Amino acid sequence: MLLTPADLQAIGLTLKVATLTTAILLLLGVPLAWWLARTRSWLKTPLATVVALPIVLPPSVLGFYLLVAMGPNGPVGQWTQALGLGLLPFSFTGLVVASVFYSLPFMVQPVHNAMEAMGNRPLEVAASLRASPLDTFFSVVLPLCRPGLVTGVIMSFAHTVGEFGVVLMVGGNIAGETRVASVQIYDHVEALEYAEAHRLAAVLLVFSFAVLLALQLYNARRRRSAP
Amino acid sequence: MSAGLTLQTRLARGAFTLDLDLTLPGRGLTALFGASGSGKTTCLRVLAGLEPAASGRLSVGGELWQDTARGLFVPPHQRALGYVFQEASLFDHLSVQDNIRFGYRRTPAAQRRYGWDHGLELLGIGHLLQRMPHELSGGERQRVAMARALATSPRVLLMDEPLAALDAPRKAEILPWLEQLHQKLDIPVVYVTHSADEVARLADHLVLLEQGRVMAQGPVLELMTRTDLPLAHGDSAGALVEAVTCGLQSDSDLCELRFDGGTLLLPQTRATPLPDRTPVRVRIQARDVSLSLVQPEQTSVLNCLPATVADVSEDGPGQVLVGLRLGQETRLLSRISRLSCERLGIAPGLPVYAQIKGVAMVR
Repeated sequence: MLLTPADLQAIGLTLKVATLTTAILLLLGVPLAWWLARTRSWLKTPLATVVALPIVLPPSVLGFYLLVAMGPNGPVGQWTQALGLGLLPFSFTGLVVASVFYSLPFMVQPVHNAMEAMGNRPLEVAASLRASPLDTFFSVVLPLCRPGLVTGVIMSFAHTVGEFGVVLMVGGNIAGETRVASVQIYDHVEALEYAEAHRLAAVLLVFSFAVLLALQLYNARRRRSAP
Repeated sequence: MSAGLTLQTRLARGAFTLDLDLTLPGRGLTALFGASGSGKTTCLRVLAGLEPAASGRLSVGGELWQDTARGLFVPPHQRALGYVFQEASLFDHLSVQDNIRFGYRRTPAAQRRYGWDHGLELLGIGHLLQRMPHELSGGERQRVAMARALATSPRVLLMDEPLAALDAPRKAEILPWLEQLHQKLDIPVVYVTHSADEVARLADHLVLLEQGRVMAQGPVLELMTRTDLPLAHGDSAGALVEAVTCGLQSDSDLCELRFDGGTLLLPQTRATPLPDRTPVRVRIQARDVSLSLVQPEQTSVLNCLPATVADVSEDGPGQVLVGLRLGQETRLLSRISRLSCERLGIAPGLPVYAQIKGVAMVR
């Protein structure tokens, strides 16, 4: 076996965080994208900007604020303590919450773009065919925005797998709880275990390449079959 | 269904104001006709409930869909209407069959008056059911969109320039289906167009719109020849006449049509001649009608009918438009030079002979 048990544990944890984060982002990000695509509220632009922030913000900055907010004196921390949930930093749950913020733009932006590109017409057609707005969302909007959804899911998942700075700030480095693959590589390097670092890094490299290649192929095939 | 459709509405949008008062019959095709920007499409969208900012009152087939005074606004998806957009707007992710069934499945069973496949034969698309929208031609797509709209058992069918995005051969392919469709439907069809040809072929009733207002509304045969309306002044202005076929002169390949006011002969050009007593509509353009005070003899013009001058009005430079009465109801237009008009002393009440150089069967 090329990978150590600790490496495998880190990979397993990474996949768990990324899967959960992506699932939560589908539930939160898709309605948010829909709201952004439909609203005429003045809040639209500020909110879209906030969603985009993690793209440019250093992960340590994002992690720092999340750490403070979720800490014992932060608003989120007070709230989780009042609910009897304890404190989120340096826990698996805290890591997932942080990842949701960190990867939010990667879900919202492609889905939002697909919804805007679709335009109003399919909605009007659906209304003329007696579909209620909610029915239209599930039977017309989501199927027509499938390419955006596929891109959002793949990018959110891959981006979460690749997070490092936010994990260090919010999650720390607890084996089986918050020590994901990227942190594990850091540990190997710190311990001058270059061979182990190489192997795990290669796994992440191949994974990232395969995911992006699959996305490219999906998009190319879709463009060919489109009218 | 005979209750028809009444609409009073007002909608202000920037510099444009739509202010309409319409009463349409309970069946037959009503064309909304006017220049672009006259409010045709907006009017259709108000009927469909797609312009919630429009205020007023709308009732269709005895059912109230909007009454702003009483705070009533039935949302679009609860209105029993079919809407055919300018581009076919099929759902790309669904097959032809699933597109057509989309609205049918959402129509309450008690309101269904036809099966989902009702429009297939009427529109000749039965062989396309398994295809995806991107595998269809423009004309096929538009026919599928019409079948899809019909499958919801609408109380009114709204069509927004369904032929405008098609080239001439596709239009020619789809027009016969449209004619069949509206003759067999027992609901009103509201049809937006800026094509006088489509009006001549399809419309029973006509609403002329200008800058968001109704300039005139009424039976198309009447409005086509009203010289106070712009329809009678275009280059292709002319009268529509309803007639019935009555026999074929086999030795001359001419078909005889009888109408209120006389008979017309026109070349039989169809692959299969129409059976006797088929109702048809012909179009006689004003530029194809010349006038003579005496019965012309030794002329090549086949159709020469006695008529009475009803009115004379100005038409472009050097030209006048003469309204003619034939029989009880029929009205023709003739465009002649002002000089001829003066030389012949054309004035209301004068008996004349109308020499008709061209007759086109439009349906």
